[in-house]
Amino acid sequence: MKAMLPISPDGTGGPSRQPLLEVIRVSKAFGGLMALVDVSLRIWPGQIKGLIGPNGAGKTTLFNLITGILHPTSGDIRFQGRSIIGLPPYRIAALGIARTFQNVQLFPGMTVLEHVLVGGHRHSRSGLLGAILRSPRTRHEEEETRARAWAVLKRVGLAEWADRPAESLPLGLQRILEIARALATDPQLMLLDEPGAGLNLMEKAHLAELIRSLNAEGMTVLLVEHDMSLVMGLADEIAVLDYGQLIAEGPPEVIRQDPRVITAYLGEEDEVWDAARG
Amino acid sequence: MGRTGFPSNVIGFAIGVPLILAIGMLEALRPMGLSLPALTGGLLTLDTMIRVGLFTIILVGLNLLMGYAGQVSLGQAAFYGMGAFFSAILTVRARTLSIPPALAETWWWPWVVMGMGALLVGMAAYGIGRPILRLRGHYLAMATLGLGIVVYILLRENMGLPHLNLTGGFDGIQGIPRLRLGGFLLWPAWRYYFLVWLFAFGAIALGLRVVHSRVGRALRAIHGSEIAAESVGVEVPHYKAMIFGLSAAMAALAGSLYAHFQTTVIPATFGFGPSLELVVMSAVGGMTSIWGAPFGALTILLVQEALRTQLHRVLPNAQGEFEAIAFGLILVLIMMFLPDGLTVGGLRWLQSRPRLHIRFARRSFKPG
Repeated sequence: MKAMLPISPDGTGGPSRQPLLEVIRVSKAFGGLMALVDVSLRIWPGQIKGLIGPNGAGKTTLFNLITGILHPTSGDIRFQGRSIIGLPPYRIAALGIARTFQNVQLFPGMTVLEHVLVGGHRHSRSGLLGAILRSPRTRHEEEETRARAWAVLKRVGLAEWADRPAESLPLGLQRILEIARALATDPQLMLLDEPGAGLNLMEKAHLAELIRSLNAEGMTVLLVEHDMSLVMGLADEIAVLDYGQLIAEGPPEVIRQDPRVITAYLGEEDEVWDAARG
Repeated sequence: MGRTGFPSNVIGFAIGVPLILAIGMLEALRPMGLSLPALTGGLLTLDTMIRVGLFTIILVGLNLLMGYAGQVSLGQAAFYGMGAFFSAILTVRARTLSIPPALAETWWWPWVVMGMGALLVGMAAYGIGRPILRLRGHYLAMATLGLGIVVYILLRENMGLPHLNLTGGFDGIQGIPRLRLGGFLLWPAWRYYFLVWLFAFGAIALGLRVVHSRVGRALRAIHGSEIAAESVGVEVPHYKAMIFGLSAAMAALAGSLYAHFQTTVIPATFGFGPSLELVVMSAVGGMTSIWGAPFGALTILLVQEALRTQLHRVLPNAQGEFEAIAFGLILVLIMMFLPDGLTVGGLRWLQSRPRLHIRFARRSFKPG
């Protein structure tokens, strides 16, 4: 029985904790197109897991399956040992999975602080009646939500932008804001969908630093990223998707040498791999 | 909580409440033969002001729904009509419904009916809203349009129960009683005017509180990006249906107040045309502003009134169609030059003039 338990990736060999997220033989078909075929993945608490693959490999589809925006054609997804298939996205968020978006999804007209306040939504309860009557409980709750939001803004370095409309921020900070909004939900697992896309080198360095420090504080991260140097530098384990199939999984230095991965990326721009090797 | 949008709302009430009180006192006392129509060249009457108040109640709900939560409703007049007919049926047709006269003839019965109507219509709208608010954009517009038409036809066709003759068909219901508070009759019109505006300011205050709350934030987030709102745990289907329910309850309340004001209700008042008119009022006043509600209602009613009474002076042979054409032209002009509506656009315009630096107008999306 003991031998059946999953082995932790830290190499200690001892019986491990439960995986935080487990994707079990998940397939997703869009009409006749198989976007994902029999994909299995495990994410361990405290890990930064990288997910890479050429465009159209199914990375974002997998994100959408995990967060409940799409439902798999077959297979199971378990979070903390519990199946989350069929739950609506807000329930999954409430369980402790937060995400960012490849195409930044901000709330137009709302300030930076308000974005993070919305992120804190699930930690408060007051509804319509509380809002209308403005009961002491509602006011108290609102103060708490604000205090938490400010703490998150300070944590990610956006406090000085708090009252600015979010869409007026440079893209680098908008992506940081998405992380802040996700962070305000106080998640156990953070899914980052290409957080480095469109950022310059300095912004990427800042982003990497933030992800690393969040991880150091215990945050588990699943990171989809096109920038090889970024993902290789951050992740302790990388999974590679190609045409909807998991073709490799392992530590960055192994993935970098894997002939299947190199083949999958043939035809991609050279600098992708130059960066990965360099 | 009080920080955001606070000053503009204080100013709104500080100007609005005394102004409404002054108009009411003027009409109540008519000092030295002065009256509202006399002072406004016949353009503004107490009757118009009561309608503005009624529409304000509906529009606050509609602005929460459309301007803040971003969900279109082209059937809002249906809820207005449901409230109006609910009050009319349960007061005038009490005997048909075997409500004991001892109950139906008390002064407080119409008030109870009014509250019940708003509550029931709100709950029904929540129930209808859960499925139909899954639709977005044009599809939602079509669904609410359909809903409005269904309700209109049900009212016109006696809800399919002609032998009971509850809604009175085309001719509607006459003889709806005036409201009383104990022995105090809320009539003549100026008394009713105070009642309606009490509710209207209550609606504005309610709207402002909702906007500046956790719920309001969630609604604006849904408007901005449903998928992002859901991803942080906002129960999107519930919130959409809830605000749809609230807006319907407010429309129903206005409908009840209308029924006791007009004492006659006919289905035609609550058809598709009126629904569209409500959307126009909302847009002209400024959907993303609670204070846009009274301005939108007042502007549209004034324009209609002016066209009805003045157009024939400019065009002696003008018929009803000319009014419609002129009305349409004015709408096009307002939407071209103030696409955010009068309140939002107007405040922005004031703010853009260098000398008039108005602090309270800074946040354009939620001036309150």
